[in-house]
Order: sequence, then C-alpha cells, then structure tokens
Amino acid sequence: MSQAVLQAKLWYAQRISAMVLGVCVAIHLAIIFYAIRGGLTAQEILGRTQGNLGFAIFYEIFVLACFVHAPIGVANILQENIPQAGMTKPISWLLALLILILGTTAVIGLYTGGAI
Amino acid sequence: MTPMSNTDLKVKVWRGAEQGEFVEYLVPRNPNQTVLDVVTYIQRKIDPTLSYRFACRVGMCGSCAMTVNGVARWTCRTHVSKIVEGDSLEIAPLNNLPVIKDLATDMREFFNKWKGAVGFFKGNQTRHDDFAKVEPQSEERQLANAGIECIGCGVCYASCEVVKSRPNYLGPAALNRAWTLTNDVRDVQQLDRLRAVAGDEGCHACHSHGSCTERCPNALSPTASISGLKKLVARAAVRGSKWGKL
Repeated sequence: MSQAVLQAKLWYAQRISAMVLGVCVAIHLAIIFYAIRGGLTAQEILGRTQGNLGFAIFYEIFVLACFVHAPIGVANILQENIPQAGMTKPISWLLALLILILGTTAVIGLYTGGAI
Repeated sequence: MTPMSNTDLKVKVWRGAEQGEFVEYLVPRNPNQTVLDVVTYIQRKIDPTLSYRFACRVGMCGSCAMTVNGVARWTCRTHVSKIVEGDSLEIAPLNNLPVIKDLATDMREFFNKWKGAVGFFKGNQTRHDDFAKVEPQSEERQLANAGIECIGCGVCYASCEVVKSRPNYLGPAALNRAWTLTNDVRDVQQLDRLRAVAGDEGCHACHSHGSCTERCPNALSPTASISGLKKLVARAAVRGSKWGKL
C-alpha cells in the first residue's frame, strides 16, 4: 500500500471512529450523571455492570474506537512536530496496544466483577 | 521631503531580504487611500529603491498581496482607514515565502505547488469537436464555481499554519484549484490529480483551522474545497472512485 493510500485510509478510520466516539462519549457522560446521584461506590458500579453483556459490549466498542482514533491523532502530531525522530510508528503503536489491552482488561473486570 | 503633519501616517516597511529591518516613513493621509497607494507614495516620493509588486490595482491580478499589520491582505483593495492602528501601519512581505527584496516574495514555490497538485486543465477534445456541454446547474459545475474565482494572490498560503510547520504541504490555493478541476467533467487527469493531492503533503495534512477562508480576499473557502478533496481521496482509497482506484 502506498503512503498516500495508507494516509487516506487512516484519515477515514479516524473520522469513522470519531463518529462512534461522539455517540459513546455522550452515552458515557449520561451514565456518569445518572451514576453519581447519591454518591459513587465500587459496589454500586459493579452491581450495574457485573454480568451485564450490554454494558460490556458498549464499553468494548468504546475501547475499540479509542484504539483506532487516538493513536492516529498522536501519529499525526508526532509526524508534524518531530518527523526526523522516527518515533511516530513505535509510539503510536505502543499507545494503541496500551489502550486496547488496558481498556479490554477494564471491560472484562467490570463484566466479571474481578472473578478472573 | 515630506512635511510632518498631524495627519501623517507612520508606516513601517520591511527593507532587505530574509535579513533586514523595518524602516519608518511618514506618508500623508488621504481619504479612500489604499495600502498600495501608501507603498506607491513611498517609492515615488521618498525612496525609489523600494521594491514591491503590483499590476492591475483593482483586485483582479493577485500580485500586490503583503502582510499589513500582521495580516496578509490584497493591498490594492484594502483601505488604510479600515485597518490602521492609531496612525501606524506595518507593511511586510507575505509569510511562508522567501523574500527577494523588501515587499517582493519569490512566488515560484507557490506556483510550483499548483503544478504539483495537477492544478491545470487537460482535455481530450480538439477545435474540431463540438463544445462540451456542462449544465450550469449540475452539481459539479456548482462545486467548481464555488472555488473558481481564485486570483492566485497567495494570501491563503501566507496565512496557513500548516504550510508554516510543514513546508512541503501543497497549501490551500493549489488544493482549491485541484478541487475545482476535480469537478471539471472535461478534464482527463482525474486519477493523477487524486494521487497528487493524497498523502502527507496533500489534503489530509490540512487542520481545518480556516485561516485561508477567513483571509481570502475573494471570499472563497479553500477549507471547504480541501474538505471535499479529503472525502473524495479517502473514498477513492477505500472503495475506488468513478475514475478508478487510488
């Protein structure tokens, strides 16, 4: 794949993931407002999320959208500001994997309640 | 000699090339005076060695753009009264272009980028063919119309933050021209053009800051043109276009 085609595909991926994120962030904020009525406890959160497949799927979609969106943006910033350093690919891939692994671990934790 | 009066403008003008300094001149104020009038007065009455560029004086040719009080403008149609700060004007060459001397910049790179973006027409009809019929109300014609009145003054290019940080970026004027040609149904280099405007130095490098659109003296929107290219190029890369795959 040529550099230009890759660039165009990354732009598309970032745009579509931004649309997904827009919806996810709105729902996430609404849940936060709902959840903090009368204080916030781990028990209350787990009570809502444990065993709830809907929550798990929603938050995994959120994680996947971040996994696509954020590293492309960071790569663009690095490429523009320190193009000679050769850090663009390693840093953005590292960020992508961190978001995917940490995010998915958190989703599994909320779904299982820390059982595994 | 210019007699000092209360109504004189204090005009700081860039003298030199890349290295140089601002030199202050006193210029009498006149009603309806343009910035180009001020520069012309300095050259004709005070210092004939001042270099600057102009031709039509009526906003058609695009040669007189300069940085006036920090903002790129066409000087022939900028009234002093609209932009003067107190009684001071600061006139410098356009940003993002090498300075040849005083207020004249080297525009070669700017125009080479138009070529780089395949910003020129190529058809396949000859004088023996009938006229191409393009419906004035067709979507393509309307889209081309929106960006066609570019006079190549370089104001957008000089105002672009991305050009400043990424000198190889094709820039708003070249990409705007590419977009109008993309909507020219007679042109036969569409796929070459899409390839030329794709990639790191092309449309996807635009941050949509919109300085080009804000400053364009002809009220064009290069930002919208570039946005059109972004979508077209991305679709061509993923799903292909009516001219083929990128």
